[in-house]
Amino acid sequence: MMNSQATDKKPPVQGSAILRRIKRFLDDYSILYAVIILIAILSIASPDFLSLKNFTNVFRQISMVAILTVGMFFVMVGGGIDISCGATVGLTGVLFAMFMVNYGMHPVPAFIFTVIVGAAIGTINGTLVTRFGIPAMIATLGTQSIARGFTYVITGAYPISGIPDSVSFLGRGYVLGMEWLPWPVFIVTILALVAHFVAQRTQYGRSVYAVGGNTEAAYLSGIKDKQIQIITYIALGVLSAIAGMILTSRLASGQPNGGLTWEFEAITAAVIGGVSITGGRGKVFGALLGAVLIGLLTNGMTLIGMESYPQQMVKGMVLVLAIGFDIYSVNKKSKK
Amino acid sequence: MSDYALRIKNISKSFPGVKALDDVSFDIKKGDLHALVGENGAGKSTLIKILSGVYSTDAGSVELHGKKVTVHTPLEAQQLGISVVHQELKLVESLTVKENIFLGRPFKGKFGVNWQKLRDEAVNLLNRLNIVLDPDDLVSNLSVAQKQIVEICKALSYNADVIIMDEPSATLTDKELETLFQILHELKSQGITIIYITHRLEEIFQLADTVTVLRDGKHIDTLPVDQVDKDKLISLMVGRTLGMEYPKRKVEIGEPILEVKNLNRKGYLHDISFTLRRGEILGFAGLVGAGRTELARALFGADKGVTGEVLLNGKPYTPKNVSSAIAQGIGLIPEDRKEQGLVLNMMVKENISMANFQSIKSSRVLMPKKEDALANKFIDTLRIVTPDAERKVQYLSGGNQQKVVIAKWLNAESDILIIDEPTRGIDVGAKSEIYSLMCDLAEKGKAIIMISSDMPELLGVCDRIMVMHDGRITGELMAEEATQEKILEYAIM
Repeated sequence: MMNSQATDKKPPVQGSAILRRIKRFLDDYSILYAVIILIAILSIASPDFLSLKNFTNVFRQISMVAILTVGMFFVMVGGGIDISCGATVGLTGVLFAMFMVNYGMHPVPAFIFTVIVGAAIGTINGTLVTRFGIPAMIATLGTQSIARGFTYVITGAYPISGIPDSVSFLGRGYVLGMEWLPWPVFIVTILALVAHFVAQRTQYGRSVYAVGGNTEAAYLSGIKDKQIQIITYIALGVLSAIAGMILTSRLASGQPNGGLTWEFEAITAAVIGGVSITGGRGKVFGALLGAVLIGLLTNGMTLIGMESYPQQMVKGMVLVLAIGFDIYSVNKKSKK
Repeated sequence: MSDYALRIKNISKSFPGVKALDDVSFDIKKGDLHALVGENGAGKSTLIKILSGVYSTDAGSVELHGKKVTVHTPLEAQQLGISVVHQELKLVESLTVKENIFLGRPFKGKFGVNWQKLRDEAVNLLNRLNIVLDPDDLVSNLSVAQKQIVEICKALSYNADVIIMDEPSATLTDKELETLFQILHELKSQGITIIYITHRLEEIFQLADTVTVLRDGKHIDTLPVDQVDKDKLISLMVGRTLGMEYPKRKVEIGEPILEVKNLNRKGYLHDISFTLRRGEILGFAGLVGAGRTELARALFGADKGVTGEVLLNGKPYTPKNVSSAIAQGIGLIPEDRKEQGLVLNMMVKENISMANFQSIKSSRVLMPKKEDALANKFIDTLRIVTPDAERKVQYLSGGNQQKVVIAKWLNAESDILIIDEPTRGIDVGAKSEIYSLMCDLAEKGKAIIMISSDMPELLGVCDRIMVMHDGRITGELMAEEATQEKILEYAIM
């Protein structure tokens, strides 16, 4: 019976497998084109642009937003969003400073406590979104305001200075003294490799994609959707804390305004890097290239002498364009 | 005037890589109820989209009442008197019946909308169909069948004389179906031409005057209904003779695997008791809302608040959640493939491995090679038609999508498979393959619970049929004694 239906299944063509793979790679990382074009334009526009020193500089500048982008990647692929992470950077950065300066803590326990705070904020976000069903945008808008407000309350809006020299390497040092590898860049690289492995090669990573792609179908396949989503928020909270500590180390002080609008930059980076705002789609390195693109754009705009206010407008336009393109391509695909 | 409402002449339409319609010509008589059948991908939807102005043609022409017309947009089609009632209804849920009927064309009064006129006109249309429906009711309160009626009224309000109905019966219960048939007769008596698309062949013999068969984009035949029978129709559709529509095999029924005693879920399930045995295909019949899907979800650990005693292989079974149900050997193929069964934007292989990650892991890491091998095994054994295991399932046909869901549960090594509406929206060829798969599983000593609203399917595949009504089991019939009438009797008691 099974064989009575005549199907025209084509035999697999061997040679096309590699082509297919290349095509899929370019589909996943179509942002590469944009990065290359931007580098070309900026190299022509500014003679200072194309140098190892400038690139090291750009990478160090973007490293903290890039760390947030890695976390945002998981949250967004899982179908959520978190706009509180910039405020978490501010709060944890300040707390890291206060633990050491005001309470005389050794940097290691200060580091651990700060990470715990980040995880706690993530847990609150994840719980509000999954258990209480508050839309992610609104829930994290609330925690953003709470975290930022709390930061101002405990600092009186003044920076916390007097950070011990022993932590300055985190923001300002170079790995093994190599001037092309700042510590923050090294940390992002390690985090990205781990994140890529988790996303592509673990049950958890696959589950995040499934939950973001179709929560109901994932649930009915035995995936604990809520647990999966909460963990994405916790991961972003922890990564925000790490970014916050790097920031504090870099500025040698805990800044209450630290991380302001970084959630915006991380979301923009993820979206232009191919992470879908509807969930279930994207790649870690795509999102990171998004962060690189924004960093290059900012750097390029600064090099050609544009001031920071119009820069902000340009970034906003990039975000809207990227989301517009994302929605357009989702619609186009579903119409096929 | 011409005798024909529509004459379709040599229409061809290609999409990249596919010839969707290939030189199709046939005529539709005025006042006819003209059924259009064919497997998925035969070209029915494309033809409808051309008639309703969504697509343009590559070649060929359409004559409407003897005049050659070219329809550029859906609005133009409506103005010409061609309306489509889509399978997925396009109504604004938060507006009332009357507002939906005249959406976008309110009657202007002195002060804004003339509501009285709007209401009167809506009532007129409903009367034309002999239907009692409150024009002031919100559409979100209506059943699927009632929403369909609103769509039909909307079509009539454009003075449509050709109405195209795209699988209107797919989601209706038998009772609602009767009402639909009544409406269709009413429309016919008013001289309206109806093009009716369906996968349920029985309906054609109850309803249609003429039937046109499409296959692979080609016109196969147009015949008066009284000159064909079901077998003939099927062989025209699939281009070959299917041995049987229901390839039921006798399987030795084994020991009980699942014993359900007094299962309750407040408001949904009341005192459900039954026993399922190895090798058995147990059917669950009933109207939509009878509690069959809720029962499936309760056994699958998907809903909270379920009480009662369930024995699985003689041991107490109380699934806390879906993953514990899966771990204990229960699988659920849900009724809505696209919303509940598959992650559409994920690959075939990713969907297949989703309910059993263990099968593609090696010390906690997912192994692409293992996953590829696994997927290719199922693609071969289930004959899933896909270019490769990495194709996203959204691009597969309904039948192949369903096979991917089945593969997922075969891979999860479920002992008991609960299948909710196994063949909804699936074409004839794939249907019988899925039945055959179910029989294979039963032969291997697994047990299947099959929920279906398709009576012939229940009668053709099941060993035993439980009938539900209002959250209770109201009847139990052995395959030999079951008939549509008996099932219906229990289902509406």
